[in-house]
Formats: sequence, structure tokens, C-alpha cells
Amino acid sequence: MPIQTRCDDDGQTLVIRIEGRFDFSTHQAFRDAYEHNDPDIRNYTVDLSDTTYLDSSALGMLLLLRDYAGGDSARIVIENCNNDVRRILSISNFEQLFNIR
Amino acid sequence: MDDSTASYNGPLRILIADDSDSDRLILKTLLTRLGHEVLDVANGLDAVSTFQREAPDLVLLDALMPIMDGMEAARQIRLLAGERLVPLIFLTSLSEAGALAHCLDAGGDDFLGKPYNRIIIEAKIKAFNRMRLMHQALSDQRDLIRERNRQLTEEQEIAKRVFDNVAHSGCLDASNIRYHASPQSIFNGDVLFASPRPAGGMLVFVGDFTGHGLPAAIGAMPIAEIFYGMVNKGFNGQDVLREINQKLKRILPTGMFCCGAMIEADFKLNQIQIWNGGLPDGWLIRPSGAHLALPSRHLPLGILSPDQFNAELERVVAGPGDRVLMMTDGFLESADRDGRVFGEKGVMETLDQLGADDHPFDAMMSAIHQLTGNPEDGDDLTLFCLEMAAEGGLATLPDRVEPSALAGPAEWRCTYEIRGQTLGEFSPLPLLLHICMEVPGLRRKSGEIYTLLAELYNNALEHGILALPSEWKHSPEGFGRYYQERNRRLLDVEGHYIRFTLQHSLKPEGGRLCVVCEDSGPGFDFQSYLSTAPDSAAASNRRYAGRGLGLLSRLAETIRFHGQGNHVEIVYKWQLARTAEKRDD
Repeated sequence: MPIQTRCDDDGQTLVIRIEGRFDFSTHQAFRDAYEHNDPDIRNYTVDLSDTTYLDSSALGMLLLLRDYAGGDSARIVIENCNNDVRRILSISNFEQLFNIR
Repeated sequence: MDDSTASYNGPLRILIADDSDSDRLILKTLLTRLGHEVLDVANGLDAVSTFQREAPDLVLLDALMPIMDGMEAARQIRLLAGERLVPLIFLTSLSEAGALAHCLDAGGDDFLGKPYNRIIIEAKIKAFNRMRLMHQALSDQRDLIRERNRQLTEEQEIAKRVFDNVAHSGCLDASNIRYHASPQSIFNGDVLFASPRPAGGMLVFVGDFTGHGLPAAIGAMPIAEIFYGMVNKGFNGQDVLREINQKLKRILPTGMFCCGAMIEADFKLNQIQIWNGGLPDGWLIRPSGAHLALPSRHLPLGILSPDQFNAELERVVAGPGDRVLMMTDGFLESADRDGRVFGEKGVMETLDQLGADDHPFDAMMSAIHQLTGNPEDGDDLTLFCLEMAAEGGLATLPDRVEPSALAGPAEWRCTYEIRGQTLGEFSPLPLLLHICMEVPGLRRKSGEIYTLLAELYNNALEHGILALPSEWKHSPEGFGRYYQERNRRLLDVEGHYIRFTLQHSLKPEGGRLCVVCEDSGPGFDFQSYLSTAPDSAAASNRRYAGRGLGLLSRLAETIRFHGQGNHVEIVYKWQLARTAEKRDD
């Protein structure tokens, strides 16, 4: 399974971990990962430590997650990006919308 | 396939070929009793001709017959049947395995041993009929899919022609523009628009929608509409960006957006203004080969709501011969056979090796060609290059509206005044131009009218009210300072105003537009300007605080100053004869 989810210790943070390519083929799996979850979830962490590639449809999916998580009030952290992935996120200036670290 | 066809066991048309009269009669009687229609012949040759004539559903062939045996008949029937599945069953008293296999090799599907067993015959005919029907259903579906696909492809090709006309349009054939847009069999998400501005200069938009295909292409349509509509009306890049963002935010589903860059080139002021949201670094390349990155500083279009969206363009000094290079990410993602991508590194290396005579567009294209072998194979990719040029050689704004035969408003007067903070937030030029364009005779003069209005307005604002010295603009450092100061001073314009009074009247030979522009600034010493002959050395040296007065007096019939110079009146005349001439061609 290229996408794994777990709840962090506090039970309020959903960690979504994507392995390999994050592109249109992961669309459904990514949505399934955050929809129908525990109503206590307040924060989201997208862990990209094993993500090798990210394309513009992945950026779109991140926007969908942001919308789902409350739009401007969403609390989403994107972490452990490799250089290529980081570069794609910053060309699109996604740090204005997400907490990238 | 639906069940009713699969289980259909209605009467079949069956051809029997057997040289034994008694065997043939037994089989015929048996099959007729089962309700089938039976055709019977006594040799292979007749079997083939009957098959051709009657097109039976199923064929029962004796293996050994005079004139033509069953094997040969089977081969010929197969050929005649073509794509149609017609089960061929051999009738044989042979029992040797090799002989039976031989029957199947010749194209038979099965064999029936003599003497006949009614139950087996019935079961086999049913089984083969099921197979036949299944084959029929598959063929029908395949034909249907093929037909649908043909229709779809045809529709897409037509839609693609429409899209191409929209997505790569405007003055892209101008001599200072070079571009490459990957030809794709289907839509790609890249768009490229360019248009001359009514007041001179050029506006260019390069965009890349998320995704491919029809959804990406559809988003391009409203953008093209907004872009050309607004540019023609005199709006600037910032206004157009705001409108595009707002429109895309409204119509695109979340998760779909458009990376893009807007470039406003001003060949008079020798500057470009650029806004880059999500496209790879653009480059400003000097004739010497020196280059400056124009990085993405904004989110792509269609993501932020209008109140969060920042449409401010960055100013960069760019003189004749300087070139702006923009690309979509498909360009960076072009890869060789082993999947090694061109990337930013490829761009940097190509730019670093650029000689003084090399055109950066050609250098990029040949670099990508070397890497991929064939750049046409790539993903959606767009490469665009704009060269700063002297205005004269460029395409001018086409006559947008044929002068209408209907008379527009001829006698009218209006006053429009903007005050206080609005001076810093709103440009009245598109509105004023729009009012003037209601007069058919003025329509094809939109460039000149816009220039007149823009010069008057900018003088009134920047020099009249903000008291900015235009000498600053003549050095690169001063240039930045000028605009910094402009923004700072715009914050404090309370109590100031700019008032336009436009009056139009019809004359026997055409029309007369009088524009009065008043501002609340202290004015300037117009007396000494006017006392200097316009073509004297003194005048050209002084450039009179860059008030563009030379331009105004070239375009206008008369220009007069009142008060302390903060009240300018110009008269512009248009000739009826010219519009009539235009209508004829």
C-alpha cells in the first residue's frame, strides 16, 4: 500500500505517509486516507519522507485536503520532503498555505 | 452481453454436406424435428456455394466427399465467413486420432461421430450456438466502441482546433516573439496569449493548467476571453491577473489551478513587469548573455480568494535586445531515454554557455533536442521568448471593431473625478476609453486615444500630485527609487483629485474630442516650456520633466495649459473620410 495512515499519540493528529510517486494514480487512496476518519482529528501531517516524486495533481490533492480540513483554518504540516519535492512545493509557493518543514 | 441473447435457442439455419443420402436424411430429419431450418448438399463444392448464398449459422460437414472433400470446403468456408464466427462441425465415422486432429486443423471446431446420437447432437449445437452468440455480441460491442471512439476522436480534433485557435493566439507572430508549444494529439494544459496594449507595449500570459485533456483545456477558454477583452480595453497586467484569478477560483474545482506568468513589456520606459505564480523560473537575458532569474513568488491562479490574492507585478529594467524567457514545467521534465530529466540544471547550463550571438530560444531548443532526440515526444511543454524591441517594428493593435454604420453618440460631455485614496487604487483609464469608444469614428483610434488619456492621467498623478521627478527614471537605481517613492506617496493623497472632462461634438468632416484634465497639484512652469521651440536643442535636453508633452502635441490638434499648469486641455479631431475609407476595404 503506497499510502499509510496512523493517528498520532494525542489522537487528534492524522499522519498520512506516501511512498513512491505522489501523483494522480494515488488520488483515490489519498482521499480515502483522510475522509471518514475519527471526528476528533484536528491536525494533519503529510509525511513525504518516502515520496520520490510529486506532480501538479498531487498539489491539487493537497488543496483538497486543505479544503476538507477547514480551508484557511486548516492545520496541515507537510514534512520530510526531499529536495526535489521541496522545490516543487516552493515553486508553487505552497508554504503560503501549508506548514512545510 | 445480455442473458436473453446468450440463452437464445431459437431455430438456426444449418447447412449439412454429406455424400451419403441416408446419413444426410437421418440428420436432416433429426435437426428439423429440433426446429431448425436445414439446407443439405452432397459435396464440398455445393457446400461452399450454398454457404455463400444462404449464409447459414452453423455447418455440418462430412470429412470425405467426392468433388471437394470436407477439409477443403472447411478452408473455403472459413475464408468466406471472415470475421463472422460460423461453427464448423465435422461428421465422421473416422476414429483414428490423427484423422480427427486433421479435421480440426483444417478449420473445424469439433466433430460428431457416426452413427448419430440425438442427445449429443442437440447438446453440441446448443453449445456452439452459445459461442456463436457470444462472438456476435463481442463483435457488435467492438464495432460500437470503435464507432464511438471514432466520433470522440473526431470531436476532439475539432475541439482541439478551436482550443488551438484560442490557446495560442494574439500577436504571437510578432517579430520579437519566439515560442514552441508541443503539438499533441490531444489537448494539453498549456496556454500562451500575447497582445499589444492600446497605449503601446505588450502583455503576455503563459499558463499551465493542472492535469491534461479536456478539463485543462476548458479552463483556457474564459482566460482567453478575459485576457484579450481586458487588454484591448486598456487594462494592465495586474487588473487582468486579478480578474483571471477570481474567475478561475469560481469555476475550477478545488485541486485544479493554473500556474502562470504575466509579463507586461513597456518598450518606451524600457522595463518589464512580471508576475510569476507557480511556473519555473523565468529569465531575463541581456544581449551579453548575462541573465537574471524571474522566480515564482506567488501561488498559482485559481487558489486564493480575491481578497487574499496579490497581483502586484515586479518591475525590472529591460532595454532593447534584452530577452525574457519563460517555460512550463513540461520543458524541465523533458527526459532522455533513460529518464534523466533536463531540469533546472539543464536550463542553467545552457544559459551559462550562452555566447553573445546566441539566441537563448534556439539554445534551449537545441539543448532539449539533444537530450530527448525529439522534442515533439515531450509532455505538454511551452517555451516562450520575448525580445525587447523598438516599438516601430511591431504589430499594432488590429482594428477590433469595424466602424459601425450606425451612428453612436455624437454630442456628449462628461466629467469624471477620482479623489483621495482611490487615486492609488483605481485607474480610470479603461472606463474613460470605453466611453470614447462608443463613438464609431473614434474606435479605430483607440490606441491614440488611450495614449492621450494615459499621458494626461500619468502626468497629473505622478508629476502633478505626487511631484515625482521623472529624471529618476533615467538611471537603474533611480528607477527603483521612483516606483518605491510612488507607492509611498500614494498612501498620502487625501484631499487630492484628478478630474477629466470629455466633450465630443460632430463636425461636418468628422468629430472633435476635447479632453480637459485638471489635478490638485501645484502645477508647473508651462510658460517656459512653451517658449522653448519643441525641436530646439534646449527642449530635447530638458525633456521637460518627462511630461510626455511631445507625444501629446504630436497626437492632439491643440494643447493648452491653464491655471498654474495643472489644467490641461487638448483637442483631438477625427476625419469622417477615413472611416468611410476603412469601411470600404
